[in-house]
Amino acid sequence: MALVDVAKSFGAVQALRGLSMDLRPGRVHALVGENGAGKSTVVKAIAGVHLPDTGHVEIDGQRVELTTPADAQRAGVAVIYQEPTLFPDLSVAENIFMGRQPLGRGRRIDYATMRERTEDLFARLGVYIDPDRPASGLSIADQQLIEIAKALSRDARVLVMDEPTAALSGTEVERMFAVTRSLRDNGAAILFISHRFDEIFALSDEITVMRDGGFVSHAPTAELDIDTVVRLMVGREVTTLFPKQEVTPGEVLLEVDGLTRDAAFEDVSFSVRAGEIVALAGLVGAGRSEVVRAVFGVDRHDSGTVRVAGRTLPRGRPAAAMEAGLALVPEDRRQQGLVMELSVQRNATLTRRWALSRLGVLTGAAERSATRSWARRLHVKAARLSDAVATLSGGNQQKVVLAKWLATGPRVLLIDEPTRGIDVSTKAEVHRLLSELAADGMAVVMVSSELPEVLGMADRVLVMHEGRVTAELPRAEASEESVMYAATGQREAAA
Amino acid sequence: MTEAPDTRTPQPGSAPARRGNGRANRRLPLARETGLVLAIAALVAVTWLYNPLFLSEQSVRDILLGATLLTILAVGQATVIVTRSVDLSVGSVLGLSAFGSASFLMAFPDLPFVLGIGVGVTVGAACGVVNGALVAVARVPALVVTLGTLYVFRGVDYWWASGSRVDAADLPETFLGIGRQSVLGVPVPALIAIVVVLAAGHYLRSYRSGRELYAIGSQPAAARLSGIPVDRRIFGAFVLNGSLAGLAGVLYAARFGSVDATVGTGMELEVVAAAVVGGVAIFGGSGTVYGAALGAVLLSTIDAALPVLQINQFWQQAVVGLLILLAIGLDRLLAVRAARRLRAGRHHGD
Repeated sequence: MALVDVAKSFGAVQALRGLSMDLRPGRVHALVGENGAGKSTVVKAIAGVHLPDTGHVEIDGQRVELTTPADAQRAGVAVIYQEPTLFPDLSVAENIFMGRQPLGRGRRIDYATMRERTEDLFARLGVYIDPDRPASGLSIADQQLIEIAKALSRDARVLVMDEPTAALSGTEVERMFAVTRSLRDNGAAILFISHRFDEIFALSDEITVMRDGGFVSHAPTAELDIDTVVRLMVGREVTTLFPKQEVTPGEVLLEVDGLTRDAAFEDVSFSVRAGEIVALAGLVGAGRSEVVRAVFGVDRHDSGTVRVAGRTLPRGRPAAAMEAGLALVPEDRRQQGLVMELSVQRNATLTRRWALSRLGVLTGAAERSATRSWARRLHVKAARLSDAVATLSGGNQQKVVLAKWLATGPRVLLIDEPTRGIDVSTKAEVHRLLSELAADGMAVVMVSSELPEVLGMADRVLVMHEGRVTAELPRAEASEESVMYAATGQREAAA
Repeated sequence: MTEAPDTRTPQPGSAPARRGNGRANRRLPLARETGLVLAIAALVAVTWLYNPLFLSEQSVRDILLGATLLTILAVGQATVIVTRSVDLSVGSVLGLSAFGSASFLMAFPDLPFVLGIGVGVTVGAACGVVNGALVAVARVPALVVTLGTLYVFRGVDYWWASGSRVDAADLPETFLGIGRQSVLGVPVPALIAIVVVLAAGHYLRSYRSGRELYAIGSQPAAARLSGIPVDRRIFGAFVLNGSLAGLAGVLYAARFGSVDATVGTGMELEVVAAAVVGGVAIFGGSGTVYGAALGAVLLSTIDAALPVLQINQFWQQAVVGLLILLAIGLDRLLAVRAARRLRAGRHHGD
């Protein structure tokens, strides 16, 4: 398969400017670039979601028109999207085989076979998810695994993986890589998109770098190293990725004592001082997000207390938490952090709509001026602040969520996966910002699945395993090994 | 396909569920259907104790006939609601096709009456085509489209009838026979309704296009990415629903014999209520036609039982409303419990 000089624009934004690339059988081709570089647009052109404005797609040297996702699937393309695309009401097995269910007599769906094949797929992936349970309520990691199983079940000739590992833990990533390699060895052409360089270098045979919708370079992986790729992506040297500032911690701002929520986490206690960054580490599903949600009051906790600057918060009252100076930047920015259809400025000022209004009337001008300063400080790239936030790239969306919460002037910032799915230079910006905020006396609680981020940013690391805190490690003692030991629930590190 | 005539047949719901060897996800709808059957049984039992005549042959016949139209409409409506749409025009479609088939047979009394049925169903299907085209092709929300066509179809009906009515005397005996004859004690319209329920249930459960309707309602964006022809499927659901409403119109004409332009007025909300009480989620993606059919039977039984129980008919409406709220509350409760169970299961599973 090949893309030849493909270009696509959305309104005034040129998302893709004449990109060409080849996907060859038996090769893993990595596509890297910052957020907003146009990677997702490439994926959508291959998947038949967007028809290119100019240029075309070739398969086996033949020019093809992929006008619908069904066309692309018929051409042998399978796509694992960045955001899972499941049907919450349907069973896991149906999700995998939708539209391609095995048929029995009279073209009726053969449920028994479908179930068996689902179990075979999970066996290949080395995981077990009940094929009959509905997809709703699955963790993001499990949803991602179902997406992978779905792509696997298609026996695709071209497999596109758009950040398939964003939500997976170490062992799951390893298994997925093993499966990907076996697909490659069976002659599939694979397009791999990731922001994790270790993965890119471990898996890919060649790397194409994009920037601002255009082609930058293409070379075999063996001829590249991380620094070179980062420089090509950013187009400038990235100053250090984890610009941690040393701060002397001040008074205790957040105290959590014996916090328990049924079936989510148990007896979680910790405290955070002004100027400190405390990371909550652990595998996906360990209960970290649930803890910060309960601290902020989105979910009610069953027992335990949360105190901010000595005052106990009522449980289950986010408004009281905000008043006390808490802010929560949630994990899932599309669902929980932003109203995708609303404008950038409205999203950024949602938390302060009363403060900004005059006599109850909120004007666009007031929103705009309040947003502009944050947009400048956080380097938000948007054509117009009145554009829907859905039109921004992932990294820029995350900045809008940050702006929205920082504008409330919080004393304690709870931030869940601050850099999931965003590119290196935005990551560095977010890290720099968190450091600055801590230096200004804010207490920061950061949930993160990325070990380098945890180790690079945190003053202290709390490690969770199956709903309990299994270790509290000061910066000096935190290492990849000690955190992973505690995260997998092994005793050695719990001491 | 001739299932037991009893309204308390749980078989349609449980048979496919068991074949799927389902656990967590199939338990919910099944619980709903069992609950409905129990509710119907309890209501019938109480009413019968109060007045044994309630279960006389004639009375049971009336209840079954009364439930027939609502059941057929509820099955069609469920098919549409599952795709996250709704069709509010069914009452008008029923009226139009009832008048259409009746006046066709009045004009051509010598043609076989089956043609009259064909005319009625075709009129319904045509209405479904209009709805489906506006919703799927023009991408106007179904609520608005069908609210509009509710009035448009009714207007056409009035214009066509222009004050006239068709009476039983104008219709061929063979046609009226559909509404009067029984097979093994079951009125023919009720048999037709049972066949419709089983056929639709089988289709939605066991055919790809049927499952795709659920997928569309569950997550429309994901359905598009999966290569499902979303617009065509939604269009199809509306045409199916229109045809069923047309069939219901024919049965109305055959049963009552006298048809004017007001037939079926206001039925749409009762139909939606039957589907919702039957466990069809109003935001699509879940529920079965068996549940919707049982919901229709329950509502009809309430209609028949309350007068027997000498309950003021003002309360009738309130009871139906209460039932809807109860159904929704029950759904919520079950969903919360299921979510908790699934989460707990995951913790053990890892």
